Amino acid sequence: MLFVPGNNPGMIRDAHIYGSDSIMFDLEDSVAITEKDAARFLVYKALTKLHYGSKELVVRINDLSSGLGVADLEAIVRARPDVIRLPKTDSAKDVVECEREIERIEREAGIPVGSTGMMAAIESANGVLNAREIAFASKRLIGIALGAEDYVTDLKTTRSPEGIELMFARGMIVNAAKAAGIMALDTVYSDVNNEEGFIAEATMIRKMGFDGKSVINPRQIAPLHAVFTPSEKDLAKAHAIMDAIAEANARGSGVASLKGKMIDKPVVARAQYLLEMAERAKTMTVEDI
Amino acid sequence: MSEFDYNSIPHINEVSACHGVYDEKNLWQKDPISFDERQQHSKKVLPSLEEAIRRVGLKDGMTISFHHHFRNGDYVVNMVMDVIAKMGIKGLTLAASSLTDCHWPLIDHIKNGVIKHIETSGLRGKLGDAVSHGLMDFPVIFRSHGGRAAAIETGELHIDVAFLGAPSCDPYGNANGYNRDSEEGSCCGSLGYAKLDALYADKCIIITDHLVSFPNTPFGIPESQVDYVVKVDNIGDPNGIMSGATRFTKNPKELLIAQYATKAIVASGYFKNNFSMQMGSGGASLAVARYLREYMLEQDIKCRFALGGITGQIVQMHEEGLVKKILDVQSFDLIAANSVKNNRFHEQIDASYYASYVNKGAAVNQLDFVILSALEVDTEFNVNVMTGSDGVIRGAVGGHPDTAAGASMTIVVCPLLRGRIPTVCSKVNTICTPGKTVDVVVTDQGIAVNPARPELYEKFVEAGLPLTTIEKLRDRAERIAGTPEPIKYTDRIVGVLMYRDNSVIDVIRQVAD
Amino acid sequence: MEIKRPGVAGTMESSDIIVRIEPKETEGIELTLESAVMQQYGKQIEKVIRETLEELGVTKAYVNAVDKGALDCTVAARTLAAAYRSAESTEYVWSEVKVK
Repeated sequence: MLFVPGNNPGMIRDAHIYGSDSIMFDLEDSVAITEKDAARFLVYKALTKLHYGSKELVVRINDLSSGLGVADLEAIVRARPDVIRLPKTDSAKDVVECEREIERIEREAGIPVGSTGMMAAIESANGVLNAREIAFASKRLIGIALGAEDYVTDLKTTRSPEGIELMFARGMIVNAAKAAGIMALDTVYSDVNNEEGFIAEATMIRKMGFDGKSVINPRQIAPLHAVFTPSEKDLAKAHAIMDAIAEANARGSGVASLKGKMIDKPVVARAQYLLEMAERAKTMTVEDI
Repeated sequence: MSEFDYNSIPHINEVSACHGVYDEKNLWQKDPISFDERQQHSKKVLPSLEEAIRRVGLKDGMTISFHHHFRNGDYVVNMVMDVIAKMGIKGLTLAASSLTDCHWPLIDHIKNGVIKHIETSGLRGKLGDAVSHGLMDFPVIFRSHGGRAAAIETGELHIDVAFLGAPSCDPYGNANGYNRDSEEGSCCGSLGYAKLDALYADKCIIITDHLVSFPNTPFGIPESQVDYVVKVDNIGDPNGIMSGATRFTKNPKELLIAQYATKAIVASGYFKNNFSMQMGSGGASLAVARYLREYMLEQDIKCRFALGGITGQIVQMHEEGLVKKILDVQSFDLIAANSVKNNRFHEQIDASYYASYVNKGAAVNQLDFVILSALEVDTEFNVNVMTGSDGVIRGAVGGHPDTAAGASMTIVVCPLLRGRIPTVCSKVNTICTPGKTVDVVVTDQGIAVNPARPELYEKFVEAGLPLTTIEKLRDRAERIAGTPEPIKYTDRIVGVLMYRDNSVIDVIRQVAD
Repeated sequence: MEIKRPGVAGTMESSDIIVRIEPKETEGIELTLESAVMQQYGKQIEKVIRETLEELGVTKAYVNAVDKGALDCTVAARTLAAAYRSAESTEYVWSEVKVK
């Protein structure tokens, strides 16, 4: 998920070229308080006028308590992004309130109710403890994400290269997300020039079970996708498993085996997930948009 | 000594280069002073430019030449033209290897009739703007580096006097693009374009700010081709001549283009041991060199030679053994310039050796691939590197058409849009390089392969490259930016584009105000 | 919409446009435009600004725009922001709903 400052026309224009799976237009932290209105107009116009192909489009609004959030929703829901990202989610109530506003606007604008997805970013100690309730708070939620900068401030600590301070939050969030059957998204890595550190962190969060990571610079996309790309060996195995399943189905048999071993359900699920991941990790594609 | 009768020597009248009987009176007068004293009084070293211009006999209507190795830091062209103007000489043809922003004072010399006609590879800044707005009656002739070299070699472009700036020169005219005797002063590395002018001009004047002791070897220009040497305070602004190292781009779009281009090279079939290449100095080209280096290390592949304008990137690869030899017609940064001085297999080559189509062999013909830039590319793959989006002259042909024709695979790298202006369009404003010599266009939004190269297309498909067609790229650019209104020109021709065989490939018209 | 005070939106960054709107006594939009791409897109930029103001019901205003290669959607967005600021209004109307 590539973060794009909502008041930067050049970056908004080019956001789709870098091969990220999704693009997040930001109305929150990257926009100065005096430019909130201008950024809202810009993102609204970009979403209604520009073509981003099959990219998942996300807009991060300001939180509802800031007094800007509802105004953001009035514009953005009508511009029909795939997902609205709610920042600073501390409890299930925050999600529910936001959903209520989205639903109202959907009705007013004649948009199919429920067609706007949501994602909640958890950025406080309280939010982390409530991760489970948040993850289950709305059917619209496609995932929950960790926002580390505010979180470490809340913990009265700072971010370290090893990320020891985020261990608990990451564990909570990934677990809550998986329990709710939605995605877990990791926080940004701010030191753009430290590719090695970025790769180490990406490798760790993939191992933890995260489905993806937010990036603040297009240069981070290729290394991230490399981390999430299954190895040739794993891919070959996944293909073999799927072939065996297909063959078993063709035989009309419910039992598939590979090299004499029966294939369990979780094995099939993992293989399927791996193949999907390999497809998504391809950065070099051109769409006719 | 035996007695002989000259006329009785059999066949003596048929022996060539035989000038009769030896006569003591013709004996070379020995000079008993030491070599070092003698060089203090070299008759080639003249006290002023004016004196040198008088001695070479520069007259109205003659052709003079300059090189562009000092790029935007050059003082020589303006300095020489000011003296010529003061001497009242008129109607000259100025045939420079190229001209740039800093040469805007030529506008006055053109208006005053000192310069009647210009031949160059490029024009920029105020001068380019003035020419595009109809400054000159005689259209500017733009030649590629190879085309200019060919015209000089054949004598079709006859240079009466070459004024060649050199960062160091000895009292007899051995000149170099750096100073081996001290680290001071300016440095431009290769003298590739100057070398050819020195060789073919009737008269050659070296203008230097560092007069060093004979012999200034190994030399870029030998004394045998030099008539006079003039020492001046400064030949250029070192900062304008070249920066320390060409900066590595952090622009994500340029890096993306570079990644695509590198993957295309690796997949093309030309990336194998002993390959040859030329890279430009643009942000994306430099990044290609860096990415390619990683593949070379990984796959243990070495480059036999790198050609062209040379950057520090190539030098670094040479010094770590990845690029065996460098053929350098023009050094792009200080690292490259110093490498010419210090690295034995970093060879400076002249413009003819680089790119001429009439000599007995040019290095461009040995290129596996070249990475080139473009202001515009059209759906026929034609490339414009000369006129900007407003139709005004602000570029240079350079070696673009020469390398495109010579290389086995020509890759053009460019963003799909610059600001709002589409780079890929239906018809370029000015054709510099014909599309038939361009094989691949790499943009940030996809790669298009010339349909004449289906085998490359197949290889790229196999490698999973983001392929599209040139038409689709154009459509996408216009969909994003809107279709631009065409530039308004008058009928008057202000510039003529010569292809590398010196045939007219296109003309540039005066822009309408 | 009534233009009450000078309002500006946009930046001098590449691909952006600064739109400055000021009150005007008499009817009509008086527009001055500077653009890096005047020849190719000058008319189009002017058209987008005028249409955007028309949609808002702005009929009296001085408009000064300095364009650095903005796309139409950016021109419209900056014009909207400047107009609402000039009108001291936050009664935004989001008339357009994207059709998916």
